[in-house]
Amino acid sequence: MTNVKEKGPEVTLSPPVDAGNGLKTQEMVINMGPQHPSTHGVLRMELTLNGEIVTRAIPHIGYLHRCFEKHSEAMNDYNKVVPYVDRMDYVAAMNNELGYAIAMERLMDIQVNDRVEYIRVLMAELQRIASHLLALGTFGLDIGAFTPFLYCFIEREKILDIFEKASGARLLYNYIWIGGLMNDVPADFKTDTAAFVKSFRPKIKELNDLLSHNKIFIDRTANVGVLPDKVAINYGVSGPSLRGSGVAWDLRKDDHYSIYDRFEYDVIVGKGEMGTVGDCWDRYIVRVWEMEESLKIIEQALDQMPDEGDVQEAIPKKIRPPAGEIYCRTETPRGELGYYIISDKSTTPFRVKARAPSFVNLSVLPAISVGAMVADMVAIIGSIDIVLGEVDR
Amino acid sequence: MQQFLESFLPAGPVVVFVFSIIPLMIILIYALFAIWLERKVAGHIQDRLGPMQTGGWHGWAQTIADLLKMIQKEDIVPAKADRFLFKMAPFIAFAASYAAFVAIPFSSGYIGSMIDVGVFYIVAITSLLSVSIIMAGWASNNKWSLLGAMRTAAQTVSYEVPTVVTILSVIIVTGTLNLMEVTEMQTGNAFLGFLPNWFIFHSPFMMIAFVLFFIASLAESHRVPFDLPESESELVGGYQTEYSGMRWGLFMLTEYADMLLLSLVGATLFFGGWNSPFGSFMDGPVWGAFWMLLKGMVLVFVMMWLRWTLPRLRVDQLMNLCWKYLIPLSFVNLVLIALWEMIF
Repeated sequence: MTNVKEKGPEVTLSPPVDAGNGLKTQEMVINMGPQHPSTHGVLRMELTLNGEIVTRAIPHIGYLHRCFEKHSEAMNDYNKVVPYVDRMDYVAAMNNELGYAIAMERLMDIQVNDRVEYIRVLMAELQRIASHLLALGTFGLDIGAFTPFLYCFIEREKILDIFEKASGARLLYNYIWIGGLMNDVPADFKTDTAAFVKSFRPKIKELNDLLSHNKIFIDRTANVGVLPDKVAINYGVSGPSLRGSGVAWDLRKDDHYSIYDRFEYDVIVGKGEMGTVGDCWDRYIVRVWEMEESLKIIEQALDQMPDEGDVQEAIPKKIRPPAGEIYCRTETPRGELGYYIISDKSTTPFRVKARAPSFVNLSVLPAISVGAMVADMVAIIGSIDIVLGEVDR
Repeated sequence: MQQFLESFLPAGPVVVFVFSIIPLMIILIYALFAIWLERKVAGHIQDRLGPMQTGGWHGWAQTIADLLKMIQKEDIVPAKADRFLFKMAPFIAFAASYAAFVAIPFSSGYIGSMIDVGVFYIVAITSLLSVSIIMAGWASNNKWSLLGAMRTAAQTVSYEVPTVVTILSVIIVTGTLNLMEVTEMQTGNAFLGFLPNWFIFHSPFMMIAFVLFFIASLAESHRVPFDLPESESELVGGYQTEYSGMRWGLFMLTEYADMLLLSLVGATLFFGGWNSPFGSFMDGPVWGAFWMLLKGMVLVFVMMWLRWTLPRLRVDQLMNLCWKYLIPLSFVNLVLIALWEMIF
């Protein structure tokens, strides 16, 4: 066996303490992950434990690194980056595509027609619900409630069916292209989506009855992993994790991209109903009510959506943006996803840099997990809702 | 029962042997059934069907297939494990719960051994379980296993107190520790004219005692919401992390055997044991075994139902629940039952 030296910060343990009866106690270092059922992928947490209490937590990442940015620089067409964008946050691929498409359209100054805009918003909001369902379900699973997870998956499945009819894929769609869409939605898209909205509303109540207001669930998540608003802002946390701390910051409202100005909806913030503002329960419940807000947007978009329009009319024959650079950010289910794209006037991107919300949100973990128990660590990781595909890219 | 066996079997050791492996047969058949049932209950609670293929009718042979698979698996012992303790632990765990079945009166005609301190014996012998779990956790030489084992030790020792106190409150009424005699005292019907003469209907405090006993027994058999020793989403698998194949299967068998054991103790103490709920209708030794197992299975079903509904408590909340609520309540209840016995 070769001796592999571990990189990263050195962990120094406190010296052994005499417990008073001749026995000595010392802190223990334990690896949580990369093969662990509750790290949502391949995150490795290096925990220093005093009994069951965490005194230090260091996240180690990079187990799912797939060179997204380098791959993008090797593509001879800007549209070929879209499938790679899908694979970053693979449970919210539509939102990733939307951000990339908007960034490129701004760089090239392309205007898309209303039908494209409405379909994009519908897809993005459906994807937001699907992504939140997965986050809530797996969060419940981390706490030990198995059944809500499968209830969430039943609903998520219906959304994936709608996506499959439109794009042919269920997870990684390659549907939103620069300047348009891969193809128009099928004829029954509107009725399918309306039927889903109608059937999904009661399910939110069911989820609340089964999990959100369960006494054991509240005990496990309220006052755990409290993230004060100042700390959240200092670390650059965004998305539901930031709103859970009571900061009303939603790029859909604050950055005016796409056509989100045309809809009536609220920004949900955590109020600390069950404990302190910014605890795990707040981050959880923000996601629950955001699904309700997304339903509102979907209903309005279905009403306003024009039936006429070619979804491919603005797609350029050859994508050759002018030399320049752009940073464009959108609100994905996990927070602020920014694309920094540099063009050198060729058909190949010079640089595509993604500011991934999961990566930034993960950085706050060591700050809020000191003093928590091992079981709380699981709840905190689950409530921040990271996707390792996006952390490592 | 022993005389019945002696009438057609060669006398002596063979009869004793057959007589003593009857609980083992019951446990094994029950475990095959209960694991299948757990999957079906989980499936239906979660809006799906559970196993449907193996064996034909509703996947009845799924557990048998799994058992065959587990027996064929490689017996893996971690390189730095304490081999002897690691290999012994599952057997001690199972032996503890199997040994406890000897004092359970399955019917008026069959009890493994007429021990006069039956309940006391059961409580004492099941304590061995925590020893075996600490053995498993320590011998695995794995930090996660050790954390799981530590939790288990704390949990089992704590929850034995409310279990014993609630059992004690029944003993105040019966005046005997022999479970056969406890059951016989509940024979007959017509308490209040229509209810069977079971201890659960004896007084309102008995109902409270049963609820406390049931919660404590959930914790003792490590079922949700108290399944912290395993808690697969936090501790990977707790003390079971390093186990595979049939040794892991034995731990699983122990968990299911413990569920049945505590359910049967609950059924005997509170629900009349092998007594028919309809007075002398459908009564007798054979029907008795049927009623006893049915009552046990109903309680086992409730445990499964809870498992697929509730989240899991944290280890400090588990201790809070025990020391701050269950133990004081069970002591108060004990005093109230004693007063009730004095007055009526």
